[in-house]
Parts: sequence; structure tokens; C-alpha cells
Amino acid sequence: MGGWAIAVHGGAGVDPNLPLDRQEQAKQLLTRCLNLGISALRSDLPAIDVVELVVRELETDPFFNSGRGSALNENGRVEMEASIMDGPKRRCGAVSGLSTVKNPISLARLVMDKSPHSYLAFSGAESFARQQGVELVDNDYFITEENVGMLKLAKEANTILFDYRIPLGMESCAAGVESPLQMNGLPISIYAPETVGCVVVDNQGRCAAATSTGGLMNKMTGRIGDSPLIGAGTYACDLCGVSCTGEGEAIIRGTLAREVAAVMEYKGLGLQDAVDFVIRNRLDDGKAGLIAVSNKGEVACGFNCCGMFRGSATEDGFMEVEIWNQ
Amino acid sequence: MGWAIALHGGAGDIPLSLPQERRQPREAALRHCLQIGVEALKANKPPLDVVELVVRELENIPVFNAGKGSVLTSSGTVEMEACIMDGTKRCGAVSGLTTVVNPISLARLVMENTPHIYLAFDGAEAFAREQGVETVDSSNFITQENIERLKQAKEANRVQIDYTQPIQKDVKEEKPEADGGLVNKMVGRIGDTPIIGAGTYANNLCAVSATGKGEAIIRSTAARDVAALMEFKGVSLKEAAAYVVEEGTPKGNVGLVAVSATGEVTMSFNTTGMFRACATEDGYWEIGIWPSDVQK
Repeated sequence: MGGWAIAVHGGAGVDPNLPLDRQEQAKQLLTRCLNLGISALRSDLPAIDVVELVVRELETDPFFNSGRGSALNENGRVEMEASIMDGPKRRCGAVSGLSTVKNPISLARLVMDKSPHSYLAFSGAESFARQQGVELVDNDYFITEENVGMLKLAKEANTILFDYRIPLGMESCAAGVESPLQMNGLPISIYAPETVGCVVVDNQGRCAAATSTGGLMNKMTGRIGDSPLIGAGTYACDLCGVSCTGEGEAIIRGTLAREVAAVMEYKGLGLQDAVDFVIRNRLDDGKAGLIAVSNKGEVACGFNCCGMFRGSATEDGFMEVEIWNQ
Repeated sequence: MGWAIALHGGAGDIPLSLPQERRQPREAALRHCLQIGVEALKANKPPLDVVELVVRELENIPVFNAGKGSVLTSSGTVEMEACIMDGTKRCGAVSGLTTVVNPISLARLVMENTPHIYLAFDGAEAFAREQGVETVDSSNFITQENIERLKQAKEANRVQIDYTQPIQKDVKEEKPEADGGLVNKMVGRIGDTPIIGAGTYANNLCAVSATGKGEAIIRSTAARDVAALMEFKGVSLKEAAAYVVEEGTPKGNVGLVAVSATGEVTMSFNTTGMFRACATEDGYWEIGIWPSDVQK
């Protein structure tokens, strides 16, 4: 009972044939981010500051699909989105359609702290960023050569690619799911989305959650996914903090992040039971994963696809970085 | 059992002294839209068609804040949002529309004709043109009354939420909303209306549409919480709605209308008033603005 806890993720749905060096790279990045969060927690930073700090780091590293390294839309540009929520008063901020803001999560935090609103998008969000003086970069900064190649492949296949690192035709992590896969009732190619997120409870029992993403490769311009939506990709309250990743449309429909809190609140389940219940019962056919912490210092994760980039640690010395099913 | 329908035209600090010339057209609009919905239900139209039909009508009527009559951003522009969802949890949403005559119909097209759920701003406008929906110059949505309200809001230097706020309606398992947002809102602001679980939610148990202060509704996931209480606590529609409005959200912020799969209907709010109307198959109907014990 009590004590801090932290979990991070870099997306659910991993290519089972992901080369070992890439696996190692992912684990090193997750470990580095976890350690960053742990140091901050040991310095008594509030949970909301810790989730922002950790997600900034994940955004800045090009490995995962957020900030630098974001997936490209149909026009070859990035449109990033993010949201953050502070459990104690359920304050929240969200942004969508960012193309020049270096750290979307920090702009989401500013929407929460410095605007009368909860959610700003596209040119209005970019104007707010300039007004707030956050660091801006050219759109090219976010675009990696690897992603340009993947967009080309996706366009040739005329499909929306969930995971830009999985070559077309390769059996995806969603193996076992009938093909062609469907999203929102329409066919898509491979399921294996990526997003980054962090959830934290500090040693005063305050929970917070943050999620950031570049969205889907070859997505339509203007598409909004689950990551910026409070209750879908991100949620925090007095009881817990939750960050989701996966098939955005299934997460939105399942109001997945809020569900973990709702079954704790209304059904009286513990954290891990709540996570298991939600993954089992609330996703319909969708594929997704989530990380969660409770105000008691517990940490939990769950996913129904093959693998999720994740790491977690608690004050009593537990620390784990994993990709595959346990 | 049987059909049920509820719709609203926004909740907020609606003064009891609302002048007759402002009250009358709004009550007439509520009655007119309820009538359209009831007739469509009697003609056995599917609920998804009925909600779209009724919200289109509400959007076309300038007295409510949706479609024509949408309130203005701090730049004097219109940015409309809408959301539609059915009992199988299929859903579609749009934000940042500036030329689409009926945002609710575009939300339905996002649901049915894209692999996504939610499109916004330029991408949503491009999708609208691709789908061939009716568009007009943005100036057509702007009413003199809303120009005045923006002027007042700017003079007071605040974001205004008032009694002709959003609009939505609900039938059976489906629930759509369409909303122009807050007076003097920042450009790019997204409210609760297009967010599944916040302003809008439907599943196999119920359908809910919330209205009021968007930021409060977002953080309380008001619409989903009505359904979650029914699902996880086994309470009735009325109890669930009352809990969300009385315990789950701060006073003065939220109103909602909801129907259950068993044909019940409820309309709750913790604001001064809510423009609302409902009817059920057994002949019950109600059109109101203030709490029934206050209303003349």
C-alpha cells in the first residue's frame, strides 16, 4: 500500500519478427525513460510533471510513433496529437493536428493550465503554441527516412498502415485475426499501432496519465484518433491513471481508459482485475493494450495483441521492461 | 417498451425572465423537431435515420447553436462539431467545420464511409467535398444575434456559455449531437459534443446526449458514465442520469437527455434550465425549459 509507481508504453501490437537489435533498442529507450521518471519521483515531483517529462523524452526520441518519428499522413506530413490528465481534480488538456510543435504533450499541458478550454486542434492549436512560446520546428524535423519509405509502401498498397515498421505481406502481430482486418467496418491491412504513453502515481497517491502519437501511417488528413480523447486514450482520476494504445477506433468506441476507472469505481474491482475485465470485455474485435497505476501504488498492464512495448517500476524496487506476452 | 425520443437545445443559465419573443420561437422549434421525430418513428424509420433527421432540422433552425445560428469564435468565424452513435457503438464525429450545412450528416458519412471515426478541420472539409454534401459560404451560418453576442463577450473579455448553447437529440439507441460551441471560444477549440463518451454515447442499453460546459462534461465523461452506471451498477436509466447530474458533475454545468433500450426517457440538468423535449410511444410528451416545479 502506498508509494509511487510508474509505467510507460511505446505501443501495442508488435511485429513478432522484429529484429533483435530493434528489440534491444526499444528496451533501452523504455529503460531510459523509466529511469528518468523514477529519478523525478524520487525528487518528489508531482505525478503530472513526471508523465509530461517522460512523454517528452519518448516524443524526442525518433524510435516510437510520436513527436520525431511520427507516422505520416496521406500528404506525407505529420499531424500529431496528445493528451494529459491530472487525477486529483480531473483537469485535462488535449491537442490534435500539430505539425510544428516539438513536444505535443507539453502543449496539451499548457491547454490544461493556460487556456479556458480542454482541447485545441489544428491551426488554432498551432497559434496557441506560438502564443505560449513553446519550441517549434519545421515539419521536416519529425519526418524520418524510414517513415517516408513506409508511406510509399502504404500508398502503393492503398492501405492505412498501422505499423510502419512491418513490411507489407509479412504476417503481422495480429496473426490469428482474419484477414483482411477491418477498422470501423472497412478493410485495413495490418494491425499494429504505436503510440507512447506514461502513467504515474506519486508517493502522495496522486495519479496522472499522458499519451502522445503521430497517428496512423497514410491516415486521412484531419483524422483524430483515441490518443487525444479523454476517456478513450487517456484518463486519470482519484483512483487511477490509464494510457491506451492500439486500434484507435476500437479504443474510442470502448471509452477504454475511462472503463478501467469506471469498473473500479462502479464495480469495485482492483486495478489488475479492472484492466483484465476491460481488455476482455470492452474491445469487441479491436486490438489494443493499456498501462495503468492505482492510487495505492499498484501498476498493471494488459493487451489482447501479440506484444506491447512497455516498462514499469514501483517504489519497493520492482522494475520490468518487456515486449512480449508473459 | 416501445419507441422513445428526447432532444435538447442546450442547458445553461437560462433566465426565468426570458422574454416571450425569445422563448416562443425556441419552444416552437422544440415542438416542431419533436413532431418530426415522432412521425418518423411512427413510420418505422430506423433510429439512426431519425436522429440524423431531427438534428438536421435543429441545425437548420437559427435559434439554437448548431448549423445556422452557431456561435462565433474569437475571430468571428464559425467552427461546428457533431457526433452520431448507434447502439452497436458504431460512431462518427466531425470538428472544425466551416461550410458544411449539416454537420450531423457529415458525421454519419465519416462513420459509414471512412475507416476512421473522427475527422476535423481541413481534412473534414475536404471529405465533405469529396462526399458531395451541401456546403455554403461560412457567412450563411452567422446570425446578427451571434455577432452581437460575440461583441458582448469580447467586451466582457470572457468565453460565454449561454442559454442558446448546444443542440442535440436522441432516439432509442442512437444519439447524435451538433454544436457550434462557445461564444468567443478560441479558434481550434474542441468541446464535448464530438467526443464519444463525453457529449455523446450509445450502446445496447441506452443513448445519452449531454450539454452544458464542455470542459466539465469532458472530464466527467458524462454520457458514458450514464451507461456505465447502468451496466456496472445495474441502476435504472433515471437513477444513472440523476447520479451523473447530481454527483458526477459540478452544479451549474451539465444537462443531459437519455433514452433506454426499454423505451424509458429521462432529461436531467443541474443548470438553471435546459431547452428540451421528449415523447414516448404510450403518448407521454413534454416540452420544457426550466425545472417542472419552477416552470409556469
